[in-house]
Amino acid sequence: MNTIEHIKERFNEEALAQKGHLAGLRREAFADFNRLGLPGTRNEEWKYTRVAGLFSKDYQLPASGSSGLSAEDLQSLRLPGHEAANELVFINGIYSPALSAIRSADLTVVPLEEAASNEFAELVKHELGQSGKYIKDGIHALNTAFIQGGIFLHIRKGQVVEHPVYIYNITNARAANILAQPRSLIHIAQNAHVQLVETYITLGTNQSFTNQIMEVTVEKDARLEYYKIQNDGEQSNQVNTTHIRQAGKSYVHTVTVSLNGGLVRNNLNLVLDAKNCEAHLYGLYFQTGQSHIDNHTVVDNVQPNCFSNELYKGILSGHSTGVFNGKIFVRQQAQKTNAYQSNKNILLSDGASVNTKPQLEIFADDVKCTHGCTVGRLNEDGLFYLQSRGIPEKTARNLLLRAYVADVLEHISPAPIRNYIEQQIIERLESDIA
Amino acid sequence: MLSIQNLHAGIEDKKILKGINLDIKAGEVHAIMGPNGSGKSTLANVLAGREDYEVTEGSVEFFGKNLLDLAPEKRAGEGLFLAFQYPVEIPGLSTVNFIKTAVNEIRKYRGQDPLDAVAFLKLMKEKMALMNMDQSLLSRPLNEGFSGGEKKRNEVFQMAMLEPKLAILDETDSGLDIDAIRIVSNGVNKLRNKDNAVLVVTHYQRLLDYIVPDFVHVLYNGRIVKSGTKELALELEERGYDFIKHEIGAVETV
Repeated sequence: MNTIEHIKERFNEEALAQKGHLAGLRREAFADFNRLGLPGTRNEEWKYTRVAGLFSKDYQLPASGSSGLSAEDLQSLRLPGHEAANELVFINGIYSPALSAIRSADLTVVPLEEAASNEFAELVKHELGQSGKYIKDGIHALNTAFIQGGIFLHIRKGQVVEHPVYIYNITNARAANILAQPRSLIHIAQNAHVQLVETYITLGTNQSFTNQIMEVTVEKDARLEYYKIQNDGEQSNQVNTTHIRQAGKSYVHTVTVSLNGGLVRNNLNLVLDAKNCEAHLYGLYFQTGQSHIDNHTVVDNVQPNCFSNELYKGILSGHSTGVFNGKIFVRQQAQKTNAYQSNKNILLSDGASVNTKPQLEIFADDVKCTHGCTVGRLNEDGLFYLQSRGIPEKTARNLLLRAYVADVLEHISPAPIRNYIEQQIIERLESDIA
Repeated sequence: MLSIQNLHAGIEDKKILKGINLDIKAGEVHAIMGPNGSGKSTLANVLAGREDYEVTEGSVEFFGKNLLDLAPEKRAGEGLFLAFQYPVEIPGLSTVNFIKTAVNEIRKYRGQDPLDAVAFLKLMKEKMALMNMDQSLLSRPLNEGFSGGEKKRNEVFQMAMLEPKLAILDETDSGLDIDAIRIVSNGVNKLRNKDNAVLVVTHYQRLLDYIVPDFVHVLYNGRIVKSGTKELALELEERGYDFIKHEIGAVETV
């Protein structure tokens, strides 16, 4: 049985047993999935990223309660600084309370199914699925159709979560190809602050496909820092959707670091939905081999006086491919918008390539928007300059590449995470770039 | 220390150097002057090993080794230094980190142990005093946002740190005011001794008021057409490069 047939059979088994708001949402999404199918390259949003072909493999959709992993299994997978962090663990897309550790009293984590029917029901009803207005494709619908084992994460008004929240998405592909579909809904209430650090780990040598959706609401005067680390194996693929809606004077700061993986597609949407919001989007991708990285970002300026700054930098070597698509919308009433965007790429080999496309749609007349993209080689003048000072070519190249990524890495504020990523990059440079 | 014989070099199909002969001994200061486009900077860059230029004929020996066979970093290891006309800005690379890497790579090339943090700091403080360098400049990314004077001072500071046998100053005076020229020249002069040499490449004579050459060579159309002492530089300043062109023209039409 192929994956699509498996998906349909599983849905029919599960859907009968469910009721309530979530069940309705799922049924609608499943109809969308059947109607839309998997996106092909004729879909403009998927022109350079061939995702449908991955589904020709036989993936299993894991059921809850069958992770087969213990706390010991996790020990070696933890990120630096975890001793002082809250840790949320998803196994095969299903949240595992037993493996998670909540250290901050300010942090409420509730299973999504439970939140849909307790005091958070109104929030869930209002906020779950909001990304569907921006992304209408079969992959997105597929996640919603199988919402199961997800979480609702709530940070109460005025609370500053002292410890960062580490989110581990672990796929256990030791015995089979796994399709994991984590789903999270996050609500950061007025004046609350939180730092999220998220990572992806596939165990075993079978294929993994992670189709994730995270939806976040950042209320008035609240603050979110979100660090996404993608450094998984070549057998792991993902479509990763993060949708963030900002209320007035809120502040959002995201850094997406993609160092490895098979096919990785990131959808990052920021909706600046009230006056005086501020958003910073940083990205770094450093790919080798046959890997494919696609960053689609949207900054939607709905209301006046918002500021956004976006900087994505890439290094592509081997036969890796990159895609950057950065959309900025400035709606008619979003006067005095300041929106900046830049995408820079270095190709280290003849076999590597990148497609980069900035896209501005501006309907207001009093705005400041700039965008730019570059694709080039390593700076040859810089290389000669360093060599002329006695620095061997390989060391000089590495210094230049480390210098190139510095202005993204400096925006990762938790020091253990920044150091970890720096170390990963150094190791990559020393092993990879001849 | 340096012996250039019949050096021909160019970029793509364009011939720029057409038979340079030059000998430099320890303790000497040579100046190469010439009009724009005569090949001055090409000579400096060919000696430092820039790949864009192709050497088609001739040889360059540096302490008896074939310099042209060596990668740029090995030339630096052997004691060659080029102060760039346009020092490269490298955002994200701290100046101190860059210089420390350079110092220790050159030490490694020479079979010496790397300097530890304390020894490096001591050396740096000493050379900073020599160059009147401000510490804040060194903690900034390499040359990023430096003024013209700061960049050139940083070049000579690197020279002080690396203690080369032969320093080539490529248009080090260009874009500098008199005060900056004086500071940079003072630095170079303090580094001169009987064991090293300096090759000053310049368009104007004014730098040579501060770094006084033992020999002056006039480069024109890819060849050294006239050599002399520092008085030749003064004559060029007074009469312009045209008189050289006339002399050459006269010779060539005979």
